[in-house]
Amino acid sequence: MSRATASLPRTIGAHAILLTYTAIALFPVIIVIINSFKSRAAIFGAPLTPPTPKTFDLIGYTTVIGQGDFIHYFQNSLVVTVASLFFVLLFGAMAAFALSEYRFRGNSLMGLYLALGIMIPIRLGTVAILQLMVASGLVNTLTALILVYTAQGLPLAIFILSEFMKQVSDDLKNAGRIDGLSEYTIFFRLVLPLVRPSMATVAVFTMIPIWNDLWFPLILAPSEQTKTVTLGAQLFLGQFVTNWNAILAALSLAIMPVLILYVIFSRQLIRGITSGAVK
Amino acid sequence: MAAAPKRPFRWHIGVFLAPAVLVYTAIMILPLAGTLQLSLFRNINQSQVFVGLENFRMLFGDPNWSVNFWNALRNNVWFFIIHMLVQNPIGVLLAAPLSSPRLRFSAFYRTAIFVPTILSFVIVGFAWKLILSPLWGVAPHMLDLVGLKSLFTPWLGKEQYALTALSLISVWQFVGIPMMLIYAALLSIPDEVIEAAECDGITGMAQFWKIKLPLILPSIGIISILTFVGNFNAFDLIYTAQGALAGPNYSTDILGTFLYRAFFGFQLQVGDPNMGAAIATMMFLIILGGVCVYLFLVQTRLRRYQF
Repeated sequence: MSRATASLPRTIGAHAILLTYTAIALFPVIIVIINSFKSRAAIFGAPLTPPTPKTFDLIGYTTVIGQGDFIHYFQNSLVVTVASLFFVLLFGAMAAFALSEYRFRGNSLMGLYLALGIMIPIRLGTVAILQLMVASGLVNTLTALILVYTAQGLPLAIFILSEFMKQVSDDLKNAGRIDGLSEYTIFFRLVLPLVRPSMATVAVFTMIPIWNDLWFPLILAPSEQTKTVTLGAQLFLGQFVTNWNAILAALSLAIMPVLILYVIFSRQLIRGITSGAVK
Repeated sequence: MAAAPKRPFRWHIGVFLAPAVLVYTAIMILPLAGTLQLSLFRNINQSQVFVGLENFRMLFGDPNWSVNFWNALRNNVWFFIIHMLVQNPIGVLLAAPLSSPRLRFSAFYRTAIFVPTILSFVIVGFAWKLILSPLWGVAPHMLDLVGLKSLFTPWLGKEQYALTALSLISVWQFVGIPMMLIYAALLSIPDEVIEAAECDGITGMAQFWKIKLPLILPSIGIISILTFVGNFNAFDLIYTAQGALAGPNYSTDILGTFLYRAFFGFQLQVGDPNMGAAIATMMFLIILGGVCVYLFLVQTRLRRYQF
């Protein structure tokens, strides 16, 4: 007996539900972006129509680029995200390899210890983290943020990567050992290239919360020199409450890089979620 | 790292583990323990003095703190209830059609519905603030199109609606996650189970309720605990949309914003790290409690359904 095929009314129903929700999900994003290209009068006069040659205006963008130090904030965010990502992936993969490859006393206890951080948010330790950073003179440095985000990303990275590393064939690793490769060479030359797809998944998972975080930049690095783009946007939006062109332009500028990255990496992200990596 | 007997000490295990364990312990576990410890001390005459549970007594009993604390906790529970009641049903409602075989454009729907989840709270908070603003008039304009303009009020500015409105914005942002997890669970149901149900004449909605729903309950359990942890740790959305004072009149104050104000101070009140630590400890205990309930009750009972 063949599986009941979707009948026409049911297919239409499915598309209707999904299209409706897609509209709800995208509507605020679209409305912000189209209005950012319009003149002030048109933003208020006809908020739901796309810009026409008559109402097209880039005044918002010129204000934002002239006022805020956004390029600098953007660089800070980039440095923090890339560096944290590098350390999370490197340290996470090393620890995951140790946990999944070797049998030693305390292995599962160590795994459990490292998995604690998946459920308990690092934010709850903020009071003591700030004291630690003050004591070590790291307040208002990007290093503080990188350290915190590395610690924040490690538990989930180790958990997901060790699941994948268990699937790497033992024969391959043993062949390497017989050929006299050291354990380090086996890890860096044999295992790492094989788990590269799962590293990409972990990278996307780790990257989004770091890029979007407001709490730690606000607390650990609020100075002008170290502001991230999220914090910068927050303060900028607070200052320009009445300049709607500038606000809409700033929001659009903040949305677009994330959106472009997402469209490029969405396959990785969705495969990561649906492959049961989050158990 | 003791080595197994008759083997040389395997230094490489230590080398592989050390960086992760060091960073994780130093930046996450020790500060967490330090925060729990700080909640038992108080700064008297420039020195930390052990006061036992005095900070917690103040938090629960002293009207200066307890009014705000219970208010934040109540709001946080409401925030969580809205998520559970709205986010999960919408997640199921979207995942069910998405998982039907041979649905066209399913990759497009998946990608589009997940877009809000990747945006930062700053963007989400501000974009909705603008849309719901009576000044701009997008929301009244939309309601006017369906003839419901009279329903419009500035939701974010009214005490009785603000928290619910913010919860719904948060649901809008995160609904992609339950949708994806339930979608994955629905895809992993073996064809034989579905075929057996069809042989017994169970199709359509009955099939969904009687066969599929029990099989995706473990995923709903995971989603619930993720939502619980996320909600009791939330801060950013309220802070961007309503500011640290969580207005109007503290009606949107949740534990995260309360912690921020207690720790850093605001306006005339000076920040108090010890009270901040006490609030963080309460959040820790609430989250730990939720995780334990999940691990011991929900997961052990649900495992029976797994393949």
